[in-house]
Amino acid sequence: MDVLVCVKRVPMVGGRIALQPDQRHIDTTLLGFTVSPHEECAVEEAVQVTEAHGGEVTVLTLGPPEAAEQLRAAVSVGAASAVLLPTEEEGLGPIATARAITSAVTRLERERSRVFDLVMFGNEAADTGDYQVGIRVAHALGRAVATGVKQLEVTAGEAVARREYRGAEELFRLPLPAVVTVKEGINLPRYPSLPGRMRAKKATIVTFVPETPDEAVEMRTLRVPTSERRSAEVLGHGKEAVPALVSLLEKMGVVS
Amino acid sequence: MTKVVCYVELDADGVVDASARALTFARGITTRPTTLAALLPSPPTAEALGQLQSFGVSDVAVLEHDGISGYSPTALSRCLDAMSGEEDTLAVVAAATDHGNEVLAHLAATTGRDFVAVCTAAREEDGGGFSLTRHRWGGSLLEDSVLRAPRAIFSVSTDAVPPVPAPAATAPTTRTIRPELSAQELALQAAESRPESSGVALASAKVVVSGGRGVGGPEGFAVIEELAALLGGAVGVSRVVTSLGWRPHREQVGQTGTKVTPDLYLACGISGAIQHLAGCQSAKQMVAINTDPDAPIMARADYAVIGDVSEVLPALVAALGERRSRGRGE
Repeated sequence: MDVLVCVKRVPMVGGRIALQPDQRHIDTTLLGFTVSPHEECAVEEAVQVTEAHGGEVTVLTLGPPEAAEQLRAAVSVGAASAVLLPTEEEGLGPIATARAITSAVTRLERERSRVFDLVMFGNEAADTGDYQVGIRVAHALGRAVATGVKQLEVTAGEAVARREYRGAEELFRLPLPAVVTVKEGINLPRYPSLPGRMRAKKATIVTFVPETPDEAVEMRTLRVPTSERRSAEVLGHGKEAVPALVSLLEKMGVVS
Repeated sequence: MTKVVCYVELDADGVVDASARALTFARGITTRPTTLAALLPSPPTAEALGQLQSFGVSDVAVLEHDGISGYSPTALSRCLDAMSGEEDTLAVVAAATDHGNEVLAHLAATTGRDFVAVCTAAREEDGGGFSLTRHRWGGSLLEDSVLRAPRAIFSVSTDAVPPVPAPAATAPTTRTIRPELSAQELALQAAESRPESSGVALASAKVVVSGGRGVGGPEGFAVIEELAALLGGAVGVSRVVTSLGWRPHREQVGQTGTKVTPDLYLACGISGAIQHLAGCQSAKQMVAINTDPDAPIMARADYAVIGDVSEVLPALVAALGERRSRGRGE
């Protein structure tokens, strides 16, 4: 059971997002980087699938050369090999991203002479949130796809994917090979072990340069929503604030 | 006459709120005279048809296929393709729900068209194409873009516009669409089951009492649960609480958890990372309890108590309990 999992390097934004003066990029001077939370869970799920059924996890990213850091993080928790599709462009759109990933999957499968039983993604990237790259790759590869998966069972030849929508559970049966996009909550990602960290340090990162077609969507500017900043009315400090808090809850009508 | 096609979701009460908002949004994307067509996953009730008319829909199409009994994103996307194939189609839209985004992504993938997800504004430009505003980082950042492509595909952020009726003059015409599906497309449909629900559902709760790292540990959530029960609300948590394994992920509020829209959001020991605020920014009122008066949550809250949740919450629960027993005594 071989699994390819796709991740994206994103800044670790905290309490607020600061933009560069060009209003087109996030100011990342003081920020570390990570992968989107859904993808961290996709890596963990891929590792769990291969632990249960044998096989290996390959991790792939499309991004700047620095994204090797995120590939090594995946190796440190169990991925066996890593592939970087380097791009100078800070943000490739979803069509270009899907095309680059599809051609990399095809090339890797040709070189290995066997397909990946599962290609996994996060449901959507934390930064751009395009909600489509996994589905585009699935169609391009001619494979079935389930998205937003919160529980995955893999048996010989089939993946059973479950998720929740408006209070109902939805279950999809996918013949393998298939594409699955997962959501955080499907598992609790492990921390890297010491041998894992050592392996990550030494891991070889395979690099393919992707083609980058033109996009019909062109980003002009980014902005932080303005109307949201409020100045909280302080009701008091510690226990002394409780009577004021109770009156407020009464006024709001949430206590009868 | 140009046409906009909208995928509309239904529940027991008819058209869901997010779809009513998407229909409202769809009417506003061009100044040209437009007809509004709706695709439904199942036959509408008379009430749902009335709602569709009240939101300006003149053409209703219903997916019908012997092999389809559950939600099928591929079958729905084939229907949207059939409805939007002609030159007169300006755009295809849906609410930016999990289903809406999924159906539109399948449509985009099979037709090679662009799909712009989670838009808060879209306007057709004089020279063709669209100017758009969309969410990044779950709405913590807005992106202004231009799209130069015919038959644009958008999903509509649930906070883009309120649902505003604008009735069509006559009742909509209704027809069925039977898409031709490959075996693989037919196989991709959901088997649905509805688990027994317990307690107040987080997504629709009127009051949410949320705890973060400042709660101190798993045992600190007993008082959060007690307070939520007293207020008839649901328990929420921040991401760190689920990452640490203190509480289950289904309680997580935020960009990668549940998005909540309560009348009151009580944030206890939560610093207010943007990923958390992305899940609770639609709360009507927010009260924060935090030891740090400079925590980012304070810039979003309406009211604040500066203090340790382990001190404030037990006192609050005691005061509410006392108030309740006094009420009974009278």
